[in-house]
Amino acid sequence: MSIDLSQFFEVFFEESFEGLDAMESELLNLEPGTEDKETINTIFRAAHSIKGGSGTFGFTSVSDFTHVLETLLDQIRDGQRELTTEYVNLLLKSVDCLRTLLRALQAEETPDLEEANALRGKFEAILGMESASIPEDSSEVTADLALNTYQIDFKPKPHLFKTGNEPLFMISELGELGDIETKAFYDAVPDIQQLHPDECFLSWRFFLTTDKEQRAIEEIFEWVEDDAEITIGMCGGIFEGAGSDISEKREQQSEQKPVVQTPTAPAATNKELVKKAESKKSADSTTSNSIRVGIDKVDSLINMVGELVITQAMLSQIGEQEITESTITALQEGLAQLAHNTRDLQENVMRIRMLPISFVFSRFPRLVRDISQKLNKQVELKLLGEQTELDKTVMEKISDPMVHLVRNSLDHGLEIPEQRIAAGKDPVGTVTLNAFHQGGNIVIEIMDDGQGLNTEKIRQKAIDNGLIQAHEELSSDEVNELIFMPGFSTADEVSDISGRGVGMDVVRRNIQALNGSVEVSSARGLGSTFTIRLPLTLAILDGQLVQVAQHTYIIPLISIVESLQIDISKVSRVGKDLDVLRLRDEYIPILRLYDIFNHQGAIEELDKTLLVVVESDNHKVGLLVDDLLAQQQVVIKSLEANYQKVDGISGATILGDGRVSLIVDISGLIKLSGLKRPGSQELLVEQHSNEVA
Amino acid sequence: MSEQKDLNHQLNLRKQQDENQYLTFMMAGEEYGLDILAVQEIRGWEDVTAIPNSPSFVKGAINLRGTIVPIIDLRLRFGIQSISYGPLTVVIVVSVQIREQQKVMGLVVDAVSDVYSISQEKAKDVPDFQDSDNGQYVHGLVNVGEKMVVLLNLAKVLDLNSKQVAQS
Repeated sequence: MSIDLSQFFEVFFEESFEGLDAMESELLNLEPGTEDKETINTIFRAAHSIKGGSGTFGFTSVSDFTHVLETLLDQIRDGQRELTTEYVNLLLKSVDCLRTLLRALQAEETPDLEEANALRGKFEAILGMESASIPEDSSEVTADLALNTYQIDFKPKPHLFKTGNEPLFMISELGELGDIETKAFYDAVPDIQQLHPDECFLSWRFFLTTDKEQRAIEEIFEWVEDDAEITIGMCGGIFEGAGSDISEKREQQSEQKPVVQTPTAPAATNKELVKKAESKKSADSTTSNSIRVGIDKVDSLINMVGELVITQAMLSQIGEQEITESTITALQEGLAQLAHNTRDLQENVMRIRMLPISFVFSRFPRLVRDISQKLNKQVELKLLGEQTELDKTVMEKISDPMVHLVRNSLDHGLEIPEQRIAAGKDPVGTVTLNAFHQGGNIVIEIMDDGQGLNTEKIRQKAIDNGLIQAHEELSSDEVNELIFMPGFSTADEVSDISGRGVGMDVVRRNIQALNGSVEVSSARGLGSTFTIRLPLTLAILDGQLVQVAQHTYIIPLISIVESLQIDISKVSRVGKDLDVLRLRDEYIPILRLYDIFNHQGAIEELDKTLLVVVESDNHKVGLLVDDLLAQQQVVIKSLEANYQKVDGISGATILGDGRVSLIVDISGLIKLSGLKRPGSQELLVEQHSNEVA
Repeated sequence: MSEQKDLNHQLNLRKQQDENQYLTFMMAGEEYGLDILAVQEIRGWEDVTAIPNSPSFVKGAINLRGTIVPIIDLRLRFGIQSISYGPLTVVIVVSVQIREQQKVMGLVVDAVSDVYSISQEKAKDVPDFQDSDNGQYVHGLVNVGEKMVVLLNLAKVLDLNSKQVAQS
């Protein structure tokens, strides 16, 4: 009976990657040179299970490599060796290398072993050169040549099957090493009534004649060390062993018959295992689409659904009664409760998709360490607000732009220690990642205390590249904004870290694709801050329903500043056909939604309509609508999926009555209205209003 | 008798691999055919939500069991005078691969007509339209009995990013 091991591959890979992540973060914790036994143990354990797993699945390239790594770790753990920075570096490199190997194997490609072999050579050099504590080489070379007979006693504990181990495999593997004689003891097997099919009552004694070293045998039983008593001993030369065994062998044959029942026991467990694996596999078949959810979140969902069921029962009971005044009141109460339950449920379901941002942040310590070493800069990384939660989809898409921004800060922002000392700063630069919630947005700040953006240089570069005209006057913020233009890089030299100029525009584009924005603020000599603003989730928003002619649109509540009736005396016409409302000290351009969306039949007189003042990208505009309708939470549906991108519309949703309604995209609308020149920060009206003022 | 024969004949034809089935519909007295495998369902006309600044032939979007599906008036798409929608007006919901994306769209047509099996060979018989705008939308012309059926190339008809649409 054989199991198709490939069904476990995904689980193995997932676990191995997790193990590698754990190793990496623990290694980074080790940095200061103070070695904590528990930390090293954690690293060792991770390495050990990767080695074991890969051995089981026949990924020898991985297991061989992990073996040397493990040996070194073992020696460090036992205190035979001091942990040095050299080791940490080497171990970190091997984590990378293992990750590459595993990725290749996962993609069913043949892994490139060059790097692994080189690293392995280094490990072996370390182990061989400094250590006399591994005697295995010298003593076992001789052992290799001669045939030896080993006596192996294998007495599994009853719970062996439950750990997913199958003695049959081990025995057949053992058989592959050489000639094997097997003796099974079944005296512990109870009566059939007491027999648990998932417990192991058998034990074995093997006589193995082989030219392999003892280590090879130990390896087979490596996985069950804790779940069985195993003694391996050499029983003299081959002749002696063979002679004494013959009689036993006879006995065995007769003894072995009743053993037939053993396969049924493992068969049951195996089936279970396969089933488990299958269910797990079906969940894993979309690896990147899976999510790990805390059990408390699931529990609270179950509670919610329970309440929902109770409410439903209550409502259906009311439905069966005769309609009187009191039932109507009860019905209304029931409906209110239903609304309450639904909203709770919705919030909880959404929360499932939320993960703490530490998932993204956790990759930065390593990145900063590697890059700062490469650049000979001293950097301290500060992480703040790691527990801030955001949507998984957003998180996946934000990590690449963030990596890019952090690299930029390290490469361009921070100065080398000498410069910093000369500038009177701490030679150790600081990069701070900060995440927090603000309104319905998550804000991620990437701050450095480096030299700041060189406005003059950027301006010059932009003129050279033809992005702006030499005579154009731009505020320093506007100049800084230019770094987000395609093909822009001020780095004097192109390094492999950054400087090719294909960065910031991609960063901005990626963030905008998530309905987010990125801004930079910078002070010369003091540092720069990149601020990324993202919606918490892409799936749901609070909307204000508005009416334009006979159409219903949704304006995201989050962007609405206020809604008001227009005081016609405060409206002035600027330019050809642009109305501006003076609202307190601001001039608000009035965008006629019906005009922009090309709808007929809307109210055109300003004093009969309503103005919804919205804010986007620091600009306020007023949207002219016929009427304000309800406010409600809407689920965002893609209009693009079956149609195409529509300017000024960010998506669609389905209203309570089943009709489709479109969601207004404020920044898209501003562009569509022609209020803003491409690439410019200011609205046209702001210039006008300056004139008016 | 001949009907029976005809049916048998059709059944036999269907078994052959180079046979494709086409759903046909009527529009301005002409019969058009769509690959039946692209058809998801046929619905009556219902009110749509207008999409701002869309081409005139895009009537709007409907909610099809939770997905947003754009509705396209094929008459307007082909530049035929539109008629007012009545109880017989139907929407054929199709699922088409357009530029490597599977899209679900609804087509407003006058009425659904029939289903024919047409051999690949016959269907390939495309007359040369000499670059006429609408020519590229035609996958083939076939004669079924006395009638002529225009087989449509849906991927082209519904590709809203094509040049023709951009110009219109």
